[in-house]
Amino acid sequence: MVTVVEFDAIFPQEQPLRRPAITDRLRGVAWWRGVVLVLTGVFFLVPIYAAFRFAIGTVTGGLSDSAFTSIPHQQGFGDAFSLSARLALVTTIITLGLMVPTTVFVHLRFPGLRRVFDGITIIPIVIPPVVLIVGVLQVMPTFLKSTPYLLALEYSVLAMPFVYRSLDAGLRAIDLKTLVEASRSLGGRWASTLWRVVVPNLRTGLLSATVLTVALVLGEYTMASLDSYQTVPVWIVFFDSQNAHVSVAVSLVALMGTWVILLLISSFDLRRIRRSTLLRKDTTA
Amino acid sequence: MTMTTRSDVPERTNVGATVVLEQLRRRFGATQALDGFSITLAPGELVALLGPSGCGKTTALRVLAGFETIDSGRVLLDGVDQTRIPAQKRDMGMVFQSYSLFPNMTARDNVAFGLRMRKVAAARRSERASELLELVGLEGQADKYPHQMSGGQQQRVALARALAIEPRVLLLDEPLSALDAKVRVQLREQIRVLQTRLKITTLFVTHDQEEALSMADRVCVMRAGRIEQIDTPSVLYAAPATPFVAEFVGTMNRIPGTISDGRVSLLGTTVDVRTPAGAADQHRATGTPVDVLVRPEGLQVTAQPGGHGIVMTTTFLGSVTRLGVLLDEDVMVYVDQPNSAVQVPVGSAAEVTLTERDVMVADRTSPALSSASDSGVSEPAPTQQQKASS
Repeated sequence: MVTVVEFDAIFPQEQPLRRPAITDRLRGVAWWRGVVLVLTGVFFLVPIYAAFRFAIGTVTGGLSDSAFTSIPHQQGFGDAFSLSARLALVTTIITLGLMVPTTVFVHLRFPGLRRVFDGITIIPIVIPPVVLIVGVLQVMPTFLKSTPYLLALEYSVLAMPFVYRSLDAGLRAIDLKTLVEASRSLGGRWASTLWRVVVPNLRTGLLSATVLTVALVLGEYTMASLDSYQTVPVWIVFFDSQNAHVSVAVSLVALMGTWVILLLISSFDLRRIRRSTLLRKDTTA
Repeated sequence: MTMTTRSDVPERTNVGATVVLEQLRRRFGATQALDGFSITLAPGELVALLGPSGCGKTTALRVLAGFETIDSGRVLLDGVDQTRIPAQKRDMGMVFQSYSLFPNMTARDNVAFGLRMRKVAAARRSERASELLELVGLEGQADKYPHQMSGGQQQRVALARALAIEPRVLLLDEPLSALDAKVRVQLREQIRVLQTRLKITTLFVTHDQEEALSMADRVCVMRAGRIEQIDTPSVLYAAPATPFVAEFVGTMNRIPGTISDGRVSLLGTTVDVRTPAGAADQHRATGTPVDVLVRPEGLQVTAQPGGHGIVMTTTFLGSVTRLGVLLDEDVMVYVDQPNSAVQVPVGSAAEVTLTERDVMVADRTSPALSSASDSGVSEPAPTQQQKASS
């Protein structure tokens, strides 16, 4: 006996899928995206404009760029800037030196611990800096308390959440395990693998981590003030009582400097994305 | 793609190493990835580890590479215990499944990386990298970065990189699986030519039986961390040791049959039961329902009104045409017919007969819904014309 089989029951007709046109989808969302963009722009730009207007204003009601041009000559600014720059450099070295191997190790050997690390690295954000500094001053040896580089250690703790996240994102973007194993199978030791293979492919993450660390050091006030060191933010607050115009001008220059660096990183990342797109096109060709 | 021919590749006088994996055991949580796995690779031999996902083939390769530790067992290279030696000191070249070229280096720098780690002088490194790139037909791509090359080119650079260090063993971890079909066939031929001429002992992991059968000197079929059978491709196909191997390698029909006085009855005939060499003779009582394992070329189909089957599909496979025939009890079987034979159109009633004198049987594992098992060939859906003709 032959079993009768309905072909359509075995191979049902496929229904064509209709995808809404891109213009249809964009039309629905474009207007509120524009509103959000304008509101956000106003929120950020109005205070900056007000600060700029104040910095270039004079007591007679005129305009002058003297607040900006006189910055390098203000008393104490050079020392404060020098200290901040040195602290930024040392903090960046300490933070990356600790966090790069740690993050790579967690990704390679204990990927299940990434969530735990996420939690741990948030602690410096949760605990107020004033609490941290009181604790640090209690336990630190005297020779460290007498040097401004104590601040670098404290800033390393503060920068940890930002640095970890930057590196974590960078490591997620590459096939770390395969690259490391490829290097090791070719005779690469851990140090050469880290230096020649991992770090060069982590450039964007490292740049982000560096910029965030530098921005944090240049903007941190509480710890430096409680430790009685005159970094740029402490100097700005101190100098505010003497010449508010210059003080605001310094704030604006610091803001613009950070913004330019972030733009540079964004353009670097854009080149990487374009390269990845090219790769996908090549491999599917 | 520029193919390397046999005459292009320089002969190597020193042959590869003897590799012995001895009683390897490795457990991941509740999963026993390797369960007493033992294998010996002769110098210059290419052995393919073949098996379904999770059978332990990649774990075995990674243990040999030094990337995975073992709970017990030994890894020997030319008689020297390598079990505790770290990966970077084992002198094994490896090509990975995913693209593993270092994105920050050109093709030349990638190939030269292993030599750089061995402190070879820059000039010699560059010269050797050029030689290797020429060997894989990529001499013009030396200064390109991985993102500027296709997937096939990247895997060829990865092969050149693995060969540059003159490894004692070459490890291939599904290196072709990310490539499209045409490139895959070309590259596997190229790998085989290079491996044969360079005489490197090679362990090749794949889940693609076609790759394994076409490239390897011996194929090791794995299941649940153990070896089911290790043999030459032809023996594996013609004389599978177990029903698992029979079904995993090539296309295999499962047809319901019944034991009758030590023989088996199916499709209106009674034939002998084949016992694989080395396997214990398994006596089954008369009347025991079994599944009979028959390859598509072991069956014949003829058009016959009132026959016990109906032709559902036809697939042109080059030298033969494969017919899908639905038998009584909803059993689908596939039959290979020479193209010169009289073709039975889709929708015709037909009679399927057995051409083999003895067959392999397996315990009946499923209700009468079984059909041909095949890990390499997929049957196309019937065309509208085929449907209409039924």
